[in-house]
Amino acid sequence: MVSLSWYLGVGALLFAISVVGIFLNRKNLIVLLMAIELMLLAVNINFVAFSHYLGDYHGQVFVFFILTVAAAESAIGLAILVVLFRNLSTIDVQELDLLKG
Amino acid sequence: MDAQSALFLIFAGVMLVAALRVITARNPVHAVLFLVLAFFSAAALWILLRAEFLAIALVLVYVGAVMVLFLFVVMMLDINIDKLRRGFWRNAPWGFGVAALIVLQMWLVLSQPQWQGMTRSGPGIANADNIRALGMLTFTEYVFPLQIAGVILLVAIIAAIALTLRGRKDSKSQDPSQQVQARSEDRVRLVTMATASDERRAAPSSSRAPAGGGRAATGGEA
Repeated sequence: MVSLSWYLGVGALLFAISVVGIFLNRKNLIVLLMAIELMLLAVNINFVAFSHYLGDYHGQVFVFFILTVAAAESAIGLAILVVLFRNLSTIDVQELDLLKG
Repeated sequence: MDAQSALFLIFAGVMLVAALRVITARNPVHAVLFLVLAFFSAAALWILLRAEFLAIALVLVYVGAVMVLFLFVVMMLDINIDKLRRGFWRNAPWGFGVAALIVLQMWLVLSQPQWQGMTRSGPGIANADNIRALGMLTFTEYVFPLQIAGVILLVAIIAAIALTLRGRKDSKSQDPSQQVQARSEDRVRLVTMATASDERRAAPSSSRAPAGGGRAATGGEA
């Protein structure tokens, strides 16, 4: 039988992979957004697994709201990306140094 | 090994490989397509967990809408991939170190004995109507957060459109603030003119001065 720890392990591995993705693709803003989506997916897998094994539907409602907010976030992020590319003709994060931070 | 474990291993393996290809793919379009594969496998895992509604919502919302949005943006931008790939593996040791730390911590937690026994579904999950149960929760206990989620989506729509909208230079649109600030003096110019004949000036109707009538008309117009 599949136990809860298998799902939690898969979630942890997926989260770790997306962390590596953020480290590797630190120039490509699109892949950075995709890595964030993968992180949210890993968290959602944990929520659904706990909801299943504890018999509690509140976790699934929470995943529903996380999906909503993630969709809004990626829509605004992509809009910012488009405006950024229109103004600077690049999506390299390291060239976004207008604020001298 | 029973069928459920085999299905779990297949879908989890496909999902992890697809995620690895997402972060290492050279072409961003391939990365998006592998992300679609990862989301499909995750939806299959959720169906194994009997969360049918969320699995279908994941496919519809994510694969159907968000990933198409990603594909649009990726294909719209003209990116120089070679420039972006320069120094790709430079931070890889740090990345793999942090990832190994995360996995190690999770393994330390999961290797505790109380996690090993949870192989049975929760009470009422196995033969429950998933969508019915979610609906009962969503529209009673979570109805206020549901409204807020709707408002968040509305804000996202307006923000995305307002960010990317480029108005035409020659469009004849109205400016409401200018309209509100308009005064009657801007609209109607009163001109004092000599009347046509002296009889009319002497007539009783001369009490209705042209200026007064003009102002009244202006007030009505404003």
